[in-house]
Amino acid sequence: MTRFLLRRLFGALGVLLALSAVVYAIFYLIPGDPAVLACGKGCTAPQLEAVRHSLGTDRPIVVQYWTFLTTLVAGHSFNTGPTTVWCSAPCLGYSYQSSEPVTQMLLQRLPVDVSLTLGAAVMWLLLGIGAGLYSARRPGSLRDRATTFTVLTLSSTPVFILALFLLVVACVWLQVLPFPNYVPITEDPGQWAQNLILPWLAIALVSAATYARLTRSGVLETLSLDHIRTLRAYGWSERRIVTRHAIRGALPTLATMAAMDIGTTMAGAVFTETMFGLPGLGKLVVDSASSLDLPVVCGITLLAGTLIILANTAADVLNAALDPRVRI
Amino acid sequence: MGTSVPPPASVLPAAPLPVLQVEDLSIRFPGPGGSLADDQGAVTALHGLSFDLAPGQVIGIVGESGSGKSAAALALLGLHRGTAAQVGGAIRLHREGLPPMDVTTVGDEELRRVRGSELAMVFQEPLTSLDPYRRVGTQIAAVHRLHNGSNRATARKHAAEALDRVGIDSATRYGAYPHEFSGGMRQRALIAMALVLRPRVLVADEPTTALDVTVQAQILDLLDGLRAETGMGLVLISHDLGVVAGIADDVLVLRRGEVVERGPAMTVLGAPEHEYTKALLAAVPRLDSVLPAQRKSAPLPASVPTPVSAPVPAKAEVGGAVAEETDGQGASAGVGEGEGAGEDALVRVEKLTVRYPGGSRGGSDVHALKGVDLTVRRGESLGIVGESGSGKTTLGRTLVRLLEPTEGRVLYRGQDIGAWRGRTLRHSRRELQMVFQDPTSSLNPRRSLGDSVAEPLRVQGLRDPRRLRAEAGELLERVGLNSALYDRYPHQVSGGQRQRAAIARALILKPQLVVCDEPVSALDVTTQAQVVALLAQLRADFDLTLVFIAHDLAVVRQVSDRIAVMRQGQVVETLAAADLADASHPYTRALLAAAPVPDPEAAREQRKARAAVA
Repeated sequence: MTRFLLRRLFGALGVLLALSAVVYAIFYLIPGDPAVLACGKGCTAPQLEAVRHSLGTDRPIVVQYWTFLTTLVAGHSFNTGPTTVWCSAPCLGYSYQSSEPVTQMLLQRLPVDVSLTLGAAVMWLLLGIGAGLYSARRPGSLRDRATTFTVLTLSSTPVFILALFLLVVACVWLQVLPFPNYVPITEDPGQWAQNLILPWLAIALVSAATYARLTRSGVLETLSLDHIRTLRAYGWSERRIVTRHAIRGALPTLATMAAMDIGTTMAGAVFTETMFGLPGLGKLVVDSASSLDLPVVCGITLLAGTLIILANTAADVLNAALDPRVRI
Repeated sequence: MGTSVPPPASVLPAAPLPVLQVEDLSIRFPGPGGSLADDQGAVTALHGLSFDLAPGQVIGIVGESGSGKSAAALALLGLHRGTAAQVGGAIRLHREGLPPMDVTTVGDEELRRVRGSELAMVFQEPLTSLDPYRRVGTQIAAVHRLHNGSNRATARKHAAEALDRVGIDSATRYGAYPHEFSGGMRQRALIAMALVLRPRVLVADEPTTALDVTVQAQILDLLDGLRAETGMGLVLISHDLGVVAGIADDVLVLRRGEVVERGPAMTVLGAPEHEYTKALLAAVPRLDSVLPAQRKSAPLPASVPTPVSAPVPAKAEVGGAVAEETDGQGASAGVGEGEGAGEDALVRVEKLTVRYPGGSRGGSDVHALKGVDLTVRRGESLGIVGESGSGKTTLGRTLVRLLEPTEGRVLYRGQDIGAWRGRTLRHSRRELQMVFQDPTSSLNPRRSLGDSVAEPLRVQGLRDPRRLRAEAGELLERVGLNSALYDRYPHQVSGGQRQRAAIARALILKPQLVVCDEPVSALDVTTQAQVVALLAQLRADFDLTLVFIAHDLAVVRQVSDRIAVMRQGQVVETLAAADLADASHPYTRALLAAAPVPDPEAAREQRKARAAVA
């Protein structure tokens, strides 16, 4: 286990290094000059030169990249004109556009996405596994087909349509909920949950489909295995076989999938955040990418990479915990 | 929760009532369209099966695959419910103080209550029949709790007792997971599960087929002992007449769903009347058959002082085809110490060690082979026997360089095959070919038989489709397959035909050495005999050197000039096939003693001898 985690850690460092290099390379290749954007309209040539210098984009890309790496581990001070800001490690750089260190920007927004994702994950797991078990009990029956139909319809609806629909139904027609307005859990847990219900539901309804189908197929596959036949021969009821034993066969896949989904959703759910006005990472990355705010984009990419690697590791650990035959 | 406490299993005295009465049982599977009409592809798996099972009695049901015996076994517990199969007739379970219950018609809930408590079953696949996610002891205890509503502690106590009874130390192994058990132990655990509620009837469907012979003997002895001890009736289903012979009181012979012969085991297996029974018996490879190459006739004294009956004439002819080509080779002199005779060595294995790395948890490496020295002489047929885990498959694969040795080397015509690289390797692979155990999984299901046979030629660079077809077609004919089967897919032909195609594929490159890894163990006895005869024939036709790996001593003895016995990664003994009876190594002798004999009398003697030794 320890050896496995150590190996994973080294692997993760390699992946993140490569990831940041790729992001840098892409930014170097795409057209557009961040300095021009930062300088604004009516910028003179010497001014532009000065902005370039302060952004550091006048230096060769390799040097820029190297600075980025050293900043990350050792911190760096940024000259913001009137003052100098010290950004301590782990420093992902400084966004001149928002006049804020990137790390701080990310840490402000991460709780939003964590709240969004964890709540949604609970919902999509309950809905998905529930629906999967429900249809696996009687494969081919009307209820199986009805469940599959519903689940597929929901999963093929774009999340922004679904979000809009939920908003209109809950906040306009029925008026049971106010328009969502993010409240941190530390301020008021009740408000926090109330405001997040719709975003959770939007993500959950779309994602549940995958889980329903994985559960259904996993359970049905397990039901055809020899050890299930043994359970039948020893008098277990079909209901108990499905809900207690056959589900075990589907769990490892579900856990892997869930860990991955949680990891990626946490790194930003662009549509959901935009639709519900949530100040999360997804919105930030879109804004920063269009304004060529390289430090922010790079920071979010690395954060996303870290989250996904963590999720993967969690999936492997979960797998080993769920299946006594798997050893890591 | 049902609280049907099983009645104390007491053997009734004279003329006991049957515990189970099967009357005119028939099972029909619908065709692909779900129709039960003959012209819609529906099949009758079983037709008119009837028998009475008395307490403590053992009824053996024998037949080849497709005879309907497994369908019958499942029907006895009503396990066809919820499937498309149509079950007719009656299966009456008699219980003390209760009206008989007809398994075919009773309600689901009532049936559920007798499953496990009155009617228990042991399956063919011990490796997969236990829940891999739960501890073995817990699984057994759960059955007790389910039927008796007992609390955790009581259930645990009973489960531990049941485990101890089947020879698994509950103190140390109760909490083990199934994958931590060997196949034999898993089958014991399943038997423990069957025993925990003291059922009146135990249905054992091929309980030992997946197991090694020595383990098989232990399991059969165990079942026999339990039957005598608890008075449960036992329905033993097997394709192996040797398995049934030693334990069954009565035997039913099934063929395509119909009983063709029935009666006491002594009569049916000792003096069969029906042609089919005779054919089945004749196909069983026997350790006491007279080998063609054997000058001295040696009836086999099967280990210990066991008076085995003299070889039955007319049953020994199965290996007939071996006769022609083993002549002149005979049992070459100096067999045991023949390793030094280097000139005629086609392959020499020197101090071969193969290690598989242990788990990442720091588990120790597994030594599959520990310094094996072996010589395969040009033109001979070398048999390798051993139980699972003995390293015989690893050795076979290393011989054709499917595996790399960890230490030591394999010399083919004096060249180290481990040193072959690139083109040399690809070209040289022609010389060394392999036939695998299970043709169902070793043939590509998405390729026709002909394409599979032609594949090696294509790999070696032949591209002309007409020539490929011609060559593969010719080889199919040589292995006894009509070239009309060229375009059939593996699932459309029988197991024996599949294995023939697999053999053709191994031969198409005109190899010098063919390693056959358990080539017949997935096949029925009659098919087994045919494939063995075919291999002998081909060996002469193609001038092959054959390495024949199997766990079944009797089969190996039929096709081999010499036999190497393996155990725990080492060759413990090498001897001429003809001298097998005089084997000196205790392990070889144990293998001989455990080998099933289809002769009921001999089988019983053998069992007694085993019991005496134990």
